[in-house]
Amino acid sequence: MKKTIITVVGKDTVGIIAKVCTYLAENNINILDISQTIVQDYFNMMMIVDANKSAKPFSDMAMELDKIGEDIGVKITCQLEDIFNKMHRI
Amino acid sequence: MINIFEVNETNKMIEQENLDVRTITLGISLLDCIDSDLNQLNAKIYEKITTTAKDLVKVGNEIEKEFGIPVVNKRISVTPIALIGAAACKTPDDFVTIAKTLDKAAVEVGVNLLGGYSALVSKGTTKADELLIRSIPKALATTQRVCSSVNLGSTKTGINMDAVRLMGEIIIETAQLTKDIDSVSCMKLVVFCNAPDDNPFMAGAFHGVTESDAIINVGVSGPGVVKTALSKVRGENFEVLCETIKKTAFKVTRVGQLVAQEASKRLNIPFGIVDLSLAPTPAIGDSVADILCEIGLEYAGAPGTTAALALLNDQVKKGGVMASSYVGGLSGAFIPVSEDQGMIDAVQAGALTLEKLEAMTCVCSVGLDMIAIPGNTKATTISGIIADEMAIGMINQKTTAVRIIPVVGKDVGETVEFGGLFGYAPIMPVNQYSCDAFVNRKGRIPAPIHSFKN
Repeated sequence: MKKTIITVVGKDTVGIIAKVCTYLAENNINILDISQTIVQDYFNMMMIVDANKSAKPFSDMAMELDKIGEDIGVKITCQLEDIFNKMHRI
Repeated sequence: MINIFEVNETNKMIEQENLDVRTITLGISLLDCIDSDLNQLNAKIYEKITTTAKDLVKVGNEIEKEFGIPVVNKRISVTPIALIGAAACKTPDDFVTIAKTLDKAAVEVGVNLLGGYSALVSKGTTKADELLIRSIPKALATTQRVCSSVNLGSTKTGINMDAVRLMGEIIIETAQLTKDIDSVSCMKLVVFCNAPDDNPFMAGAFHGVTESDAIINVGVSGPGVVKTALSKVRGENFEVLCETIKKTAFKVTRVGQLVAQEASKRLNIPFGIVDLSLAPTPAIGDSVADILCEIGLEYAGAPGTTAALALLNDQVKKGGVMASSYVGGLSGAFIPVSEDQGMIDAVQAGALTLEKLEAMTCVCSVGLDMIAIPGNTKATTISGIIADEMAIGMINQKTTAVRIIPVVGKDVGETVEFGGLFGYAPIMPVNQYSCDAFVNRKGRIPAPIHSFKN
């Protein structure tokens, strides 16, 4: 199963997690893990999700999440987890 | 499971420190295109390239999106054209038609550069090799995306000085043919000693005859990542310095390995090698010279530069080798002048000279790269510079290269704009004393004693 990592970085505001989670639920994307920190008022979240049951192709999901990010003033990035596993695990 | 700090570290490398995959280069063998009829040959070459590489750019873009790592260039290398055109080409102009076919194919599949307009003449020059070499100025002036390289020597064969002499003249002629646009064609021409068969980087990429039908080679780049990592260990001892470079090189190379494997899987073309090179760009913070400064030099070129570069080059290899299943190509730190803002600054400050650059090429890949010199430089002087560089490669059993641009109509003190990733360069002074009598001797320099290992 290929996992996707979603990162959200930006100025903290009300409803960031809610908006992202709503989108994921609507598209049948399962959240496996969430971690979150706030550094100097900056919101920093990472989600590990399973998008295999979603009907959306990866590129559409990435684009739409990017758009949601723009609307709420944060940067949302989607990446397949392989890049992180390769770099940080032997 | 991956944690948030690791994810942030990777994304910071990409977003702030210019980590990218510099190139996915698809090597294509054209040996099965050989035909004694020139039109047939051109048709077969076009067909082979446009079929084999039809999905290259699409797959490169997909990988870029899905992993969030920029894949800056998608490129093609082909079998040296002197071999492919030997049966059909009777004049230099015949070879130029092949260059135009390659250019057309490159445009069709959407790659920005295609390498392999090449001749391998390290020991001797065939008739076809000579025709191709003589066609280079026109081929480069009449195409946009074709890159040319000539291998002039090797540790095993010595140096073909007749070809070295000829290339001095060819470089001048290439500069002359594009004199209205600052002799930019010379950027697409490089000469080598010990040229590797699997180099993914331009202008020197070609698909060696020892390679399979098609292969994926990848070049990564991360000078900014290494510099940032080193800025956290200022004042620490050499052990800490070297360990930091090694660990960073490992991480950077792993990304290259991932991209190479993915591209190979999606294109159904075998994975060849990852090239471990640290390749700079003119972007601020993407500079090999800045790493040297971070190691402790005021400017690249200051005393200690060669040692610092040797250390850097070696640690990059040590870190990178374990990160990839197959390593090849040039693998080392690149020190082009125009493509590295830190190098440009060093030249402008008077800290870095051609002679110091030559010393630096003894300990890193590749050679005198993207160096602008006065347009009135003599052909024999350029041949002398090439011979020196070839000798370094031959004796040290390493790849060395010369990509030098005699800018017609410009002199020391002026600068030349190459545009985009090629950057800009101050014109550097060249030693004015003559080497005519040396260069004009005929024949070749014999292979060195340590090449006889059988």
